[in-house]
Amino acid sequence: MVKDMVLGSEAVALGVKLARPKVISAYPITPQTHIIERLSEMVDNGELDASFIRVESELSAISAAMGASQAGVRAFTATSSHGLALMHEVLHWIVGARLPVVLVNANRAIGSPWNIWTDQTDSMSQRDLGWLQVYCETAQEALDTVLQAFYVAEKVLLPIMVMIDGFILSHTLEEVVIPTQEQADEFLPPYEPGYFLDIDNPLSFGNAAKGDVFYNLRKDIQRSMEASFGIINEAHNRFDDIFGRRYDLIDTYFIDDAEIVFVIAGALTGTVRVAVDKLRNMGVKAGLLKIRYFRPFPSDLVRSYLADKKHVVVLNRSLSFGSAGQITQEIKNALYFEEDKPSIYDYVLSLGGKEVFVEDVVKLALNVGNLETSKILWRE
Amino acid sequence: MDFRDVKNIEYMNQGDYACPGCGAGLSMRHALKVLGEKTIIVMPASCWSIIAGVFPTTALQVPLMHVPFATAAAVASGVKNAYKKKGQDDVNVVCWAGDGGTFDIGLQALSGAAERKEDIIYVCYDNEAYMNTGIQRSSATPPGAWTTTTPTGNPLIYEKKDMFNIVASHNPAYVATATIAYPDDFYLKFEKAKNAKGFRFIHILSACPPGWRIDSKDSVKAMRLAVESGMFVLMEKEQGKPIRITYKPERFIPVREYLLLQGRYRHLDKNTINEIQIRVNERLKDLDLS
Repeated sequence: MVKDMVLGSEAVALGVKLARPKVISAYPITPQTHIIERLSEMVDNGELDASFIRVESELSAISAAMGASQAGVRAFTATSSHGLALMHEVLHWIVGARLPVVLVNANRAIGSPWNIWTDQTDSMSQRDLGWLQVYCETAQEALDTVLQAFYVAEKVLLPIMVMIDGFILSHTLEEVVIPTQEQADEFLPPYEPGYFLDIDNPLSFGNAAKGDVFYNLRKDIQRSMEASFGIINEAHNRFDDIFGRRYDLIDTYFIDDAEIVFVIAGALTGTVRVAVDKLRNMGVKAGLLKIRYFRPFPSDLVRSYLADKKHVVVLNRSLSFGSAGQITQEIKNALYFEEDKPSIYDYVLSLGGKEVFVEDVVKLALNVGNLETSKILWRE
Repeated sequence: MDFRDVKNIEYMNQGDYACPGCGAGLSMRHALKVLGEKTIIVMPASCWSIIAGVFPTTALQVPLMHVPFATAAAVASGVKNAYKKKGQDDVNVVCWAGDGGTFDIGLQALSGAAERKEDIIYVCYDNEAYMNTGIQRSSATPPGAWTTTTPTGNPLIYEKKDMFNIVASHNPAYVATATIAYPDDFYLKFEKAKNAKGFRFIHILSACPPGWRIDSKDSVKAMRLAVESGMFVLMEKEQGKPIRITYKPERFIPVREYLLLQGRYRHLDKNTINEIQIRVNERLKDLDLS
């Protein structure tokens, strides 16, 4: 174990290296590119024993990762924004094929117009596929989550998408504790697939299935999602035992006695933490609930924290046009059966990297009495 | 290798969903006899997505992975790299794609894999249109041919994409054309592809009785006349060597004999047939065949 100052993207690469994937396929896109640059260095200088496939598009990046996974080895790819959108068809296929591919997405807006800065539109657009989704706040969390992701994916037999904010996290230096390979190996055993493209046991994968079979296969995906909570918790416990760092499906900050709770996912959580500190100093009972796992969505846990609150301000960095922010939808869904619900505010905090300052969040809390719950709230 | 020496072993099960007279079913059956049991098939959307059978049945006795339309060569790259890392480099990873999945939607992934010199065999069974969706034009459809999206004939300004040379320009280990109507030639080419290392591409002409509007008993005949008329030339190119014509008829027959066997060309007038003949003659001249 060593401590070092590394970029968020580099922390991801270090996490991937510790997981010992056999095949990495990737295509460059800002702001993800540092991840695959670092991984290609590791492969070229022999630090990482993997095939690095320099494909000609993101569609081929995810396709090659899918092929490798179906052939029975650990596979990784990283992308962002337009790249993730281009992968969409194969992202579906991987879920249906029940392949534990791990993908890191550097959250970035999608054009038009061109914009390389961060929001969560890209990954939220892939919400309904059957990929597990985790949003990271820090470089340490990114490294740790990548390791956890392989563990969880290979037990649940569903793929996982790990999100880091473009630039805010991918391009920021932070102090990171880098686990040893021995620790990582203790946490993450070698991948042993149940079924794969095996010349000694020839099977066909993906043959056409009629409605009743298909229906049951889809039901299995949902059941695995529901069962994944237990596996995620198991992964977090193992991780804590081996590395001494504790994670949960969500994270909270000053939430117990809070009257106003901000809900957010991703690296802007840090900004909101500082705002909560300021508000507390001013005597305002503010708190924070960070969404780590967005899929599966931990509704029970969220409800247990938010049901008795007065105000819940959901800070979205994406929205479903014509409806609401995706995180707001989940919060409302989780609290639907509560008789004495909090006021839930659907706030679009930032899109395309629109700057967010601590003061913006502080003002929001001070003004909470004037906010409406019946419509989407926008910044000036 | 002589096709009569091929063992009477089948890697296709009895019972599949191919139409009677389907060239694609026949081609797979014989290709697998050469490729053998250490073969993994990667299959994008095509007629073979159905021919392979409906869950829980399968037509193949080798591992098979169905994949989305545009992705075959990329998926196969991943499969092959995985097998290399597992220390099993002797496995044939084979893309088995139609003309739509090769000439059109899969071309980018194919070019990428060929450029990276991926150690895979890419087979395109070309029935010259989107037959599985009900006979729509692809960029492999010859000028003049009727399809449901070219109801008055594929415009003559179009030319069938030259996949052999497109792939050859990537300087692969091996590139060839073949058709099961010439089984000796077909077997030899699959044998060469199997024994070469690197990117290998075989373009198979594959008759489609419903799409070509022919009687299923005429399927092999149609593929043979395509070659005898010079509409489809049997050739190959090994890396570092010039293109080699592997079969040359004593005398090319007029293209009209090939065309008029098929309902998809029956609307063609004399001038159009002449125009097609002129193009075929020019191509044969380019290949030093006339």
